[in-house]
Amino acid sequence: MNKDGFDQFKGSQDYVTSEALRNAVNVAIALGRPLLVRGEPGTGKTLLAHSIARDLNKKLIVWNIKSTTKAQEGLYIYDTVQRLNDSRFGDKDVSDIKQYIKLGKLGQAFASEEKVVLLIDEVDKADLEFPNDLLNELDEMSFYIPETYETINAVQRPIVVITSNAEKELPDAFLRRCIFHYIEVPDPSLMEEIVNVHFPKIKNNLLHEALTAFYSLRRIDNLRKKPSTSELIDWIQVLIASATPHEDISRQVPFAGTLLKKETDYDYFVNNYMKKKQASSAAANTSGPPQ
Amino acid sequence: MFTDFFYTLKEKKVPVSITEWMALMEALSKGYISNLNDFYYLARAILVKSEAYYDQYDVAFQEYFRGIEAPPEIAEQILSWLRDPINKMLLSDEERALLDSMALDELLEELEKRLKEQTEQHDGGDYWIGRGGTSPFGHSGEHPGGIRMGGSGGGGSAMQIAEQRQFRNYRSDLTLDVRQIEVALKGLRRLDHTGPEDQLDLDKTIDATCRNAGELEFIWTRDRKNAVKLLLLMDAGGSMEPFAHLCSLLFSAAHSSTHFKDFQYYYFHNCVYDALYKDIERRDGVGTDHILRTLEPDYKVILVGDAWMATSELIDMYGAIYYYERNHKAGIVRLKQIAEHFTHCVWLNPEPPRYWNHPTVLTIGKVLPMFELTLDGLHQAIKKLIVKR
Repeated sequence: MNKDGFDQFKGSQDYVTSEALRNAVNVAIALGRPLLVRGEPGTGKTLLAHSIARDLNKKLIVWNIKSTTKAQEGLYIYDTVQRLNDSRFGDKDVSDIKQYIKLGKLGQAFASEEKVVLLIDEVDKADLEFPNDLLNELDEMSFYIPETYETINAVQRPIVVITSNAEKELPDAFLRRCIFHYIEVPDPSLMEEIVNVHFPKIKNNLLHEALTAFYSLRRIDNLRKKPSTSELIDWIQVLIASATPHEDISRQVPFAGTLLKKETDYDYFVNNYMKKKQASSAAANTSGPPQ
Repeated sequence: MFTDFFYTLKEKKVPVSITEWMALMEALSKGYISNLNDFYYLARAILVKSEAYYDQYDVAFQEYFRGIEAPPEIAEQILSWLRDPINKMLLSDEERALLDSMALDELLEELEKRLKEQTEQHDGGDYWIGRGGTSPFGHSGEHPGGIRMGGSGGGGSAMQIAEQRQFRNYRSDLTLDVRQIEVALKGLRRLDHTGPEDQLDLDKTIDATCRNAGELEFIWTRDRKNAVKLLLLMDAGGSMEPFAHLCSLLFSAAHSSTHFKDFQYYYFHNCVYDALYKDIERRDGVGTDHILRTLEPDYKVILVGDAWMATSELIDMYGAIYYYERNHKAGIVRLKQIAEHFTHCVWLNPEPPRYWNHPTVLTIGKVLPMFELTLDGLHQAIKKLIVKR
């Protein structure tokens, strides 16, 4: 494979990736385009950026998006109120506008001398028009500050990772500029690898029982929020800490609250799933195979 | 290079654009890929922008690169199925005759032809390849000579991954998408100044400061918030099944719109009777009277349903489709109550207007303004909801 001269992401020690994801990351880096990552909550979208930064030894800049975030804030903020205040009470020379221009996260990533990883986290939290406002900036990796007649150009095109929970649909024009990857909930063998990374000393039968219970929970269609990787990791941690005997795990599913976060899901689990399970196991114990 | 693949994707309704195609070409020219497997992931990452299209991508990939690996596999599956005598035992004499009437070559040829013709996933029906149908090809079907396709395990080669089509469930061939609905719902807005005065009004501050001969004077103002409250009532009855997805889109758009002051939703079955329900299974009921008592008349009400039911269900006491519901007021009376209590109500009907010539649909349409549940209809309905009375 001829990929010389390019940063090759292989997945860091504590972050196991699928082949498809590694490929998508490398394509995004090589083409200098933003990588848009989607997937169920808890599949490690945000951690991906951290992992890329660690693996490639780059600085990570995180821009957390909230519902009130405006695209402009990511570029720069012109602190007019401070300037007004200084003009009245301060001794500073207010004619130098530059000192009132503060670069936002995107601006910092462009201005950085070395290549950085920029994480734009949960882009779908912001207003519908937010992604559209960033189109040009992400395309050309530069923007203009009219107040100082300055253009900020990316010294090194940053590696941009954008995560989305699909709470809002993103506009087509924005999508067209991105490399896209959908992180699925890992299949059992990949999941085993992931758990092993987090708990290197985990006993085989505990791991096996936990995964069985986890995937059978995921098969319930009525759950509003199915458990995913991060919940499984938490759960296994509890199981290890409480020293639950492994034979109880898939039968009783202890500490299910760690896996199911919604009240309705938990109720459904207790009232329907467990009862059915107990009934069928009781039947199996007393009367042998069903007639 | 691969230009036909671009058109194959287009044909399968994957929204690819020239920009993305050029990006793929750029990546290819940099010598990024060494095998088909790399190409599968590379092209998918660059060209496909939603997991909803992963499945169509898989289908297009299969079709375009079929010449490379696939036919032997498919043929293999079919042959092995036919070779298994148990499968033949399952057929009745009549069916066996039917199957025998088609020679194996013919069958394969036909399969090839249909694979080519078929442009989308298909469930049910008696011709296309898909699930739950009676075509000879597909899976979970009822055709006696049906050949189960797909679902083989393993993985590794791109063709196999494409063949697994594991993204089938993410697929959505939709006319309306959540974003469009959300944008439409944004029209439901009445901005009021509310909350503490904590926003600096820059223009007025500058103005006041100038008047004050340079002495700073801050002018604060209240934040503007949307004052619209929304009540969504949805029909979850059997005849609404085909529109379940459409309704869930509307629901998720309304639910995730953060700009409403309050958002409430209830379900009903065919028509509103004595109770409305918090869940689709209609276990968690709330009295309709209670809702009418507790919700202010300024809630904007959207009812969603096909309005299609037996006449008795609408106009009779105890007419509810479930006898145990024993409604003491006829459905139409309840609807009138809603229309009278709330100042702004609309009914959205997922069926196209050409099916509206039915007694119950017409009657409901007289009580509540009815619009089709399409983007245009939604826009009209929202206009109706926002006008001042």
